[in-house]
Amino acid sequence: MLLIPCPWCGDRDETEFHYGGQAGVSYPARPADLSDEDWGEYLFVRDNPKGPLAERWSHSAGCRRWFSITRNTATNEIVR
Amino acid sequence: MSEHPDRLWRNPEPRSGYDVVIVGGGGHGLATAYYLAANHGIRNVAVLEKGWLAGGNMARNTTIIRSNYLWDESAAIYEHALKLWEGLSSELDYDILFSQRGVLNLAHTLQDVREGTRRVNANRLNGVDAEWLDPDQVREFCPIVNTAQDVRYPVLGATLQPRAGIAKHDHVAWAFARKADELGVDLIQGCEVTGFLKDGNKVIGVDTNLGPIYAGRVGLAAAGHSSVLASLAGFRLPVQSHPLQALVSELLEPVHPCVVMSNHVHVYVSQAHKGELVMGAGIDPYNSYTQRGSVHVIEQQMAAALELFPLFARAHVLRTWGGIVDVTPDASPIIGPTPVDELFVNCGWGTGGFKATPASGWTYAHTLATGKAHALNEPFALERFTTGALIDEHGAAAVAH
Repeated sequence: MLLIPCPWCGDRDETEFHYGGQAGVSYPARPADLSDEDWGEYLFVRDNPKGPLAERWSHSAGCRRWFSITRNTATNEIVR
Repeated sequence: MSEHPDRLWRNPEPRSGYDVVIVGGGGHGLATAYYLAANHGIRNVAVLEKGWLAGGNMARNTTIIRSNYLWDESAAIYEHALKLWEGLSSELDYDILFSQRGVLNLAHTLQDVREGTRRVNANRLNGVDAEWLDPDQVREFCPIVNTAQDVRYPVLGATLQPRAGIAKHDHVAWAFARKADELGVDLIQGCEVTGFLKDGNKVIGVDTNLGPIYAGRVGLAAAGHSSVLASLAGFRLPVQSHPLQALVSELLEPVHPCVVMSNHVHVYVSQAHKGELVMGAGIDPYNSYTQRGSVHVIEQQMAAALELFPLFARAHVLRTWGGIVDVTPDASPIIGPTPVDELFVNCGWGTGGFKATPASGWTYAHTLATGKAHALNEPFALERFTTGALIDEHGAAAVAH
């Protein structure tokens, strides 16, 4: 069970949150220029490190806001 | 329980090179090694396992075997697996305790009913045995299921695959390992791949904690850790690693005659040969390599199990565990070449790799032997994430991922 630090509400139990995957994945700036490979990469490929991962969480049962944290996927330690 | 053979496998030192090196000594890696030797006569093969043979997801899983997938590509590969399962004890000369007790996939909503009946029809068109049962027929087939209609999620019907069932996971792994060893394959435990030896864009071997091992071809079969290996080799995979938890009860007298899965209330339950109730549910939502998940996921699956099987209320949980599964965007596996020459990948089986073990090995062995896809694994190549020809099995995968 993770204890997740919501920037607005403080530490709350994982059950209050929704997971949003890797943080910092932006919509392509010039989508018309993308090759099929680039589109596939954008749509389907995300980092999957055994170590620190910047990721999105939504405090869906609390303030309902989205935020990013960095969590070590090998230990579950939240390193921010 | 059946008797084990006197001898299982040698424990050799790695040689300096092999025709094929398989990274990962779980069920799929061992099956691949066996079929490389048995079907293709390629015996100069090593399976490298960083822990001990079949000590990962093969060591603890919910052992369910079925082939009632929706799409033609999936039905073909899982049905090939099921046909191999049916002859495996005799082929491998080792009782894998394959028990075709039937799998029920319950429907609790009108949408479940529509999806289920559609899948029954799709299965029949693909030569996969499938039936639709109404609630009375569900109760007849599995009397302990609560089919009362005044509960929150009443059972409105179920698909039944009579040929589906369970097998003893450890025996499956040991049987493949023993036969592969007998045919000359080196099974090397405690050997962790730490990097790849390359000549330009071509892989020529692997670096390990036991030193470099050269290879004509390298096949990854490392499940949850495939993207860790891929990053060592210099490419990315469309997979995410998540914890998947399961649990077993104490040993009980035979009470549960088949396998019951429910996508909607989300639990799957069968009774192991020794008598434990074996239960699983979905993955934990976040990426993790910790081999543990969160308690609330287990609480939810037990609550679902209790609603379906009120008589489990007094059963004690004996053991829970978590493994790391590699989940793809379309809930279908990836088998085929990678951007690195002579380096192949077999991954992305998510929560359901056990049932595929023989067909995964069969088709991957073909690919590693010939450098080309088998007709059964061709649609499951990495390039589908570029072409968009996805095989979306989220419904028939029966587990939320």
